[in-house]
Amino acid sequence: MVHFLSATSARSRPHRAGAASAVAVLLAGCSGPQSSLDPAGAGAREIADLFWWMAGGTVVVWVAVAWLTYSAVRGRVAEQTARQARYYIIGGGALFPTVVLTALLLHGFRILPPLLAPAPPGSLRIAVSGEQWWWRVQYQPDGEEPVELANEIRLPVGEPVEFILDAPDVIHSFWIPSLGGKMDMIPGRTTRLTLQATRTGTFRGVCAEYCGESHALMAFPVVVMAKAEFSAWLAAQRAPAQAPADPLAERGRAAFLQNGCAACHAVRGTEARGRIGPDLTHVGGRMTLGAGVLTNNRAALVRWLAHTDRVKPGVLMPHFGMLPAAELDAVAAYLESLR
Amino acid sequence: MNDQPRDPEPLAAEPPLALQRAQEARLRAAWTLPKGWRYWSAVNNTEVGVWYTATAFLFFAFGGVLALLMRIQLAVPGNEFLSADTYNQVFTVHGSVMMFLFAIPVFESIAVIFLPQMLGARDLPFPRLSAFGYWCFLLGGIFLSGSLFFGAAPKGGWFMYPPLTSAYQPGIGADMWLLGFSFIEIAAIAAAVELIVGTLKCRPPGMRINLIPLYCWYVLVAAAMVLFAFPPLIAGSMLLEVERAFHWPFFDPKGGGDPVLWQHLFWLFGHPEVYIIFLPSIAIIAMVVPTFVRRPIVGYGWVVLAAVGTGFISFGLWVHHMFTTGLPGISLALFSAASEAVAIPTGVQIFCFIATIAAGKLVRSVPMLYACGGLAIFVLGGLTGVMVALASFDFQAHDTYFIVAHLHYVLVGGAVFPIIAGCYYFFPLLSGKKLSDRLGKIAFWLLFAGFNLTFLPMHFTGLRGMPRRVFTYPEGLGFDTLNLVSSIGAFLLGSGVAVVAWDLIRPKTRQPLSARNPWNAGTLEWLPSMPPENWGVRSIPEVDSRYPLWEQPNFVRDVDQGRFYLPDAEEGLRETLVTTAIDAKPVQCLRLPGPSFVPFWAAFTIGGFFILGTFHWWWPALASLVVGIGVVCYWLWTATAKRPEKPEKHVGLGLTLPLYQSGSASVGWWAVLITMLAVFTAFVSLVFAYFFYWTIHDDFPPRGAKGPGVLWPCVAGALLAAAWAATMLARRWNRADRAGAFYVAATASVGLALAGAAAMLAGPWLTGMDPTRHVYPAIVWLLAIWTALHAVTGVLFNGYCLARRLAGRMDARHDIEIHNAALFWHFVAATALVTVAVIAGFPLAK
Repeated sequence: MVHFLSATSARSRPHRAGAASAVAVLLAGCSGPQSSLDPAGAGAREIADLFWWMAGGTVVVWVAVAWLTYSAVRGRVAEQTARQARYYIIGGGALFPTVVLTALLLHGFRILPPLLAPAPPGSLRIAVSGEQWWWRVQYQPDGEEPVELANEIRLPVGEPVEFILDAPDVIHSFWIPSLGGKMDMIPGRTTRLTLQATRTGTFRGVCAEYCGESHALMAFPVVVMAKAEFSAWLAAQRAPAQAPADPLAERGRAAFLQNGCAACHAVRGTEARGRIGPDLTHVGGRMTLGAGVLTNNRAALVRWLAHTDRVKPGVLMPHFGMLPAAELDAVAAYLESLR
Repeated sequence: MNDQPRDPEPLAAEPPLALQRAQEARLRAAWTLPKGWRYWSAVNNTEVGVWYTATAFLFFAFGGVLALLMRIQLAVPGNEFLSADTYNQVFTVHGSVMMFLFAIPVFESIAVIFLPQMLGARDLPFPRLSAFGYWCFLLGGIFLSGSLFFGAAPKGGWFMYPPLTSAYQPGIGADMWLLGFSFIEIAAIAAAVELIVGTLKCRPPGMRINLIPLYCWYVLVAAAMVLFAFPPLIAGSMLLEVERAFHWPFFDPKGGGDPVLWQHLFWLFGHPEVYIIFLPSIAIIAMVVPTFVRRPIVGYGWVVLAAVGTGFISFGLWVHHMFTTGLPGISLALFSAASEAVAIPTGVQIFCFIATIAAGKLVRSVPMLYACGGLAIFVLGGLTGVMVALASFDFQAHDTYFIVAHLHYVLVGGAVFPIIAGCYYFFPLLSGKKLSDRLGKIAFWLLFAGFNLTFLPMHFTGLRGMPRRVFTYPEGLGFDTLNLVSSIGAFLLGSGVAVVAWDLIRPKTRQPLSARNPWNAGTLEWLPSMPPENWGVRSIPEVDSRYPLWEQPNFVRDVDQGRFYLPDAEEGLRETLVTTAIDAKPVQCLRLPGPSFVPFWAAFTIGGFFILGTFHWWWPALASLVVGIGVVCYWLWTATAKRPEKPEKHVGLGLTLPLYQSGSASVGWWAVLITMLAVFTAFVSLVFAYFFYWTIHDDFPPRGAKGPGVLWPCVAGALLAAAWAATMLARRWNRADRAGAFYVAATASVGLALAGAAAMLAGPWLTGMDPTRHVYPAIVWLLAIWTALHAVTGVLFNGYCLARRLAGRMDARHDIEIHNAALFWHFVAATALVTVAVIAGFPLAK
């Protein structure tokens, strides 16, 4: 399995311990396109800070308890009177946790409302529907026609974006660790999640709720872009599909329509209007195939078409391995041309 | 100091040696085990408890092997060792086996072995019920684990969230989970009933409530939690199975249902479950620590209070498993606070142990090593628990490997290590031999290092974004090294388990017997000589301290020479004492049943209902259930509520006790009461479901939807109330020895109950409510059926009483049956009234 972000994986390798300080090693060990400890969003930043404070507290408390036990075992503590023992129990067991936990809770309560706050009116809204095992994505810019896409999310940096989440089949959970916490997608309900990216870059989102056979293969790339770049991208996505430019792609389009692909897939601007599977209008411009499983290129397209069930066990899309290689290649060329 | 009479003292003089030998011979004969293949009909707590524990350990090993398979699969990215489908079955079965076939049963089985011994009782009050529980567990466990070898195992996760587990998983895997585990949960409730009655009613005289060994307190709390935690899951499983089999849309939003309801019902069970596992395990530490620091526990009252407090608080935390379902902030804040609060009683317990160690002089030992290692691991799990209890942090951590790390720290540190400590500590009481110190230490370091190597990195795997329950992951996301380290650690951990297993099963014939009370402990379970006799305790002592072996002079001698109660089995029968719940004043000499295969057949036939039901062979399943009810009736008829040959018996030290008690003085009445509390909890869960639908819908019951009407439910309520009244009269007239009046009242109650059941079903039937169309008719039908089934069960109770009186086995003085039936009918009446109020009254009030 190829990973579409392997170029960034160098960041995740720990630095040479010799030169770098322990903290640097730790921080480097926390980086990555899917790491909640390498925040690129307001919510993720808040939660990562909270984690580090709590992790520090945890180490301190654990060491203190271990030291107390050790000295008790070693008999370093002088023979206890009943009264001293009571101090131990009330102080260490009841008072200390009460004080610490109250403080922690108060802090937790303080940061909770911003994490739950809806995006201000006029913000970009993106409806995402989790389906076994891919993502239906619909951009709903304020005052404009919605645009339906799939399996990739691009966001403008610095702006709060509201995700409107649901699922038609089973429970999924929408999670972009770099940007913030997760939110479940529950059939029959609509949940909401607001995320605000703070830096540009490419990240990875995944389904966090076990949703059946290929739960592990339900991911999506997340690209945070400058505002202008984002607007241009969205405008391009809004446009209908380009007509095939070369004969191979032209043949591919014919094969695409002939083999019934349009029953499930839509390619805006053609007669393909299926709604069961992902919209393919600009599939050639996406970073991945099969919802974050394969890096998108011609070979991967062929592999996907011919072996859907092997790439993603249990997937609804039938495989087209019975088609002649030339025909598969043509379809792949057509899809690749849909940028 | 107080005006209570002084506790009786043991006999001042030693009974003649010849008498002692004769008493021992008679006791030995009464408690002897059946020979040959009939051995498996034994019901002695020491035998059944050991089978139970050994079977639970086998399932633990099985679950462990599954864990290793998962670690092989996840050792490297993109591995193809297991297919996605197999992996999903493996992780589902791993979680389910560890929870339902190891953690819960092992707590109950260890308690079955040691509770009577700690309480100076000869056995638990219902030995055949323990045996029944064991056979249910074995049958259900083999069925569930075996499914994996046919690729038919459940694969919805141990949490079984619908709609994945309803419409999206055809095949029998999910049915197997729902029905198989319901069966095992019912067995677990049976064991819990036994343990509660055992702790409350079968203590030695003088062991007032403030003298109960801590282990028994913990078991009491955990068993009580089982009563209230399992029923919501059983009710939920019933709803889900009915949805799968008959398409009643309880969790299907297309029919007005809601998948989140399952999550509430599941976690109402699932969170207390964690403490049900943790408390009885930490209880072992509460016994081990005082022994090895040679002093009583410091802060006994604090520990008890903390255990009870933990039990209560644990029922208010379940929503922290649902922080990411889109709940409003106020719920998140409330359940965060409640979840943090549970750290306080836990902290109190740990500091009591530390204070005890500090106050005493520690003797190094293998059990103590495991106790300390377990605490070190558990404390870290508790601290990460504090972290994830904070909703904001949980938004990131939830459903990632951070949680996998957290839960294993809590459960392995809080349960597995203490249980192994218990193995090394208690083993001499089972076989008369000690386990090896050397192997124990080797295993400890393998386990401790292996565990931390496996699970410490997982905190970071999770925070770096790896979700749980994934059969593979792509390379280059920063998971690769962490996962490889975890996989290596897992094998180290597995090798530690193998060393412990070898130490347990290695032949020990050439090893000398352990000394009696080898650790110089202070509590009653250490009374037995080596190897232990089947009778449990030679004479049932009068106890007036928490550590009688330390604090009561000449205690062992007095017990051994039969200077206390029941030193003999004059009639050749198995006997133990029943005492009052608070003050442990002796009130009855209880005759216990001997070996029998009936519990096995009862488990087999009732299990048949669940197993055949899995394949949706409903008629054979129903037939198996009917046979099962027949077996249970035979069991009750032949072995319970026997009329003794004399009303009273001298039990020693000048005390004469009745041999027969009925009503609240009898242990059977307590068992019915406790069982019915569990059953009523399941009913309350169904009512909760009704009102849950009301909260999520703007309009529930839906406007214009047909309801059951008012007439028929009210008629049903009136008939069932009349049946209840007739049962009360039957009890009164039986006691007054007015046989004719009794027969009239009891017969009337049967007729009224049957009519009431029919009327209850007539409501939804006559208004044509179709339960497959919408969740409203579905839940109304289910409440009506539930109530009608209770009425029919009440008919069985009252019919049984009629038959007993006709057969001359029940009379005015010997009336256990009708007292228990009356108690059951209180619950039927309450169920009927609530059902009528909900299905007929609530739509009116709306």
